[in-house]
Amino acid sequence: MIELWNALPVVIQILLKITAILLPLLALVAYYTYAERKVIGYMQIRVGPNRVGWRGLLQPIADAVKLMMKEIVIPTKADKTLFLMAPMIAIAPAMAAWAVFPFDEGLVLSDINAGLLYVLALSSLGVYGIIIAGWASNSRYALLGSMRSAAQIVSYEIAMGFALVGVLVAAGSLNLGDIVDAQRGSALTWFWLPLLPLFGVYLISGVAETNRAPFDVAEGESEIVAGFHVEYSGMGFAVFFLAEYANMILISALTALLFMGGWLSPLPHAWVEGTWLLDDGFHWLLLKTFFFMFLFLWLRATFPRYRYDQIMRLGWKVFIPITIVWILVVALAVVYRLPPWWSA
Amino acid sequence: MGFESFLFYVFALVTLWAAGMVITRRNPVHAVLFLVLAFFSSAALWLLLEAEFLGIVLVLVYVGAVMVLFLFVVMMLDIDIAALRAGFIRALPLGLIVAGVMAVEIFLVVGPANFGLSVFPAPEAAAADASNARDLGLLLYTVYVYPVEIAAVILLVAIIAAIHLALRRRPDNKSVDPARQVRVKRGSDRVRLVKMAPEARESFVRVATTEKRENP
Repeated sequence: MIELWNALPVVIQILLKITAILLPLLALVAYYTYAERKVIGYMQIRVGPNRVGWRGLLQPIADAVKLMMKEIVIPTKADKTLFLMAPMIAIAPAMAAWAVFPFDEGLVLSDINAGLLYVLALSSLGVYGIIIAGWASNSRYALLGSMRSAAQIVSYEIAMGFALVGVLVAAGSLNLGDIVDAQRGSALTWFWLPLLPLFGVYLISGVAETNRAPFDVAEGESEIVAGFHVEYSGMGFAVFFLAEYANMILISALTALLFMGGWLSPLPHAWVEGTWLLDDGFHWLLLKTFFFMFLFLWLRATFPRYRYDQIMRLGWKVFIPITIVWILVVALAVVYRLPPWWSA
Repeated sequence: MGFESFLFYVFALVTLWAAGMVITRRNPVHAVLFLVLAFFSSAALWLLLEAEFLGIVLVLVYVGAVMVLFLFVVMMLDIDIAALRAGFIRALPLGLIVAGVMAVEIFLVVGPANFGLSVFPAPEAAAADASNARDLGLLLYTVYVYPVEIAAVILLVAIIAAIHLALRRRPDNKSVDPARQVRVKRGSDRVRLVKMAPEARESFVRVATTEKRENP
């Protein structure tokens, strides 16, 4: 088996690895939409989808088929090329960022040194899909939605970037695998504790970056219909939808990796070594990621939408000062080797 | 031709093509998007130079932040393209002369006489685990610490100046102060309760009946 694998050309090997990452990801995205409808349904004392398949389990597939069969309507006077390119530009960074994501010790497609920087750079590209969609649609609502989202994403990216600066100061590396290794110990040595303010800022900025409730003014269905994707139908709309959910999964997985120890077990290593399920492994990463994914839905079911000026105030006047102060604190803690995190 | 030089030529051609489109497109939004493509492919060229930190930072800063703001402004403005393009032919000779002079100057400075293989031998490829960010950081904060600090101070001055220019206290500004909003208590701060004497129900009825009689 291994000989057969090694005999394949490198390009084929890489393509197979990419498929092995993206297919489960897309399946997860499909069932994330189902989970969202179910979870929010139960939180609002409804049942949610329950007609297609057992307990509605085939609902995402029915939705996908429906969206694929629909006609793609291109508005008059829309910029046709850009209109069709926008969904692809939106989804490409959400997929490409997984290239440097380590799923377990050494289990990564491309183990590059500047991994964290690469993820940050790619997630900053997602906004182009939204802006181009809003402009190319030739619609006032779409343009308003994309303007709002551009301003919001650019503002929160700074807070998010600063939170990540704190992580890389704490870990002393930009490599995602090394960042997880730096958190080795137990649940108390993970970075969520020494970087608690940055953890909060990162998580909330992540919600704002993905345009999710309570920061979903870019869609704002009660004010500007559906925001930037109001003119999209069929697969164009579906691809935007996929991009949004893939981004949510990416943010959840990155939070788990950077602040919650990734694939590390919450118990001290010596206690669980060699035990089944309790030892470090991919399942811990999956569990933590699912928790943050659930948090996205929980937030949406709980909070009303922020007002636009409040969003800007939170980003610029609250988060950025917090992160700057805490980067200084972390830097001092690292220099003076504050135990238990940096004692060695 | 190795795979690496093949990549170089692909990205170099894309950069040149995109840069050409930036100055020839009629639509300013298209021009900005081509500029984004030019930045992106130059970042790829920097990656080929083993400057992965700089390449990714180019994408992060220029593509991810600066160009987004650019696009934002260009979309909001109603640019009169016809007025911009008027006099193109008249300005063309002068433009060509300036471009030619600049090209010659650049060639004289970075041409083979100063940076050819005879002056600088081709550097060896760095090891696969060499950390570009680490080397750059060590150099910036030890050898070049004063230039870095001076650049930081200049940027700070620019930020303060820009904020000062943009921040005008307009008297008709109706912005709310969130601190005052939060401080509001239930009851006395939020609603004003007015005591009114109760009105007799009878009088209403009497008015209604008299009105009816007047309009048969």
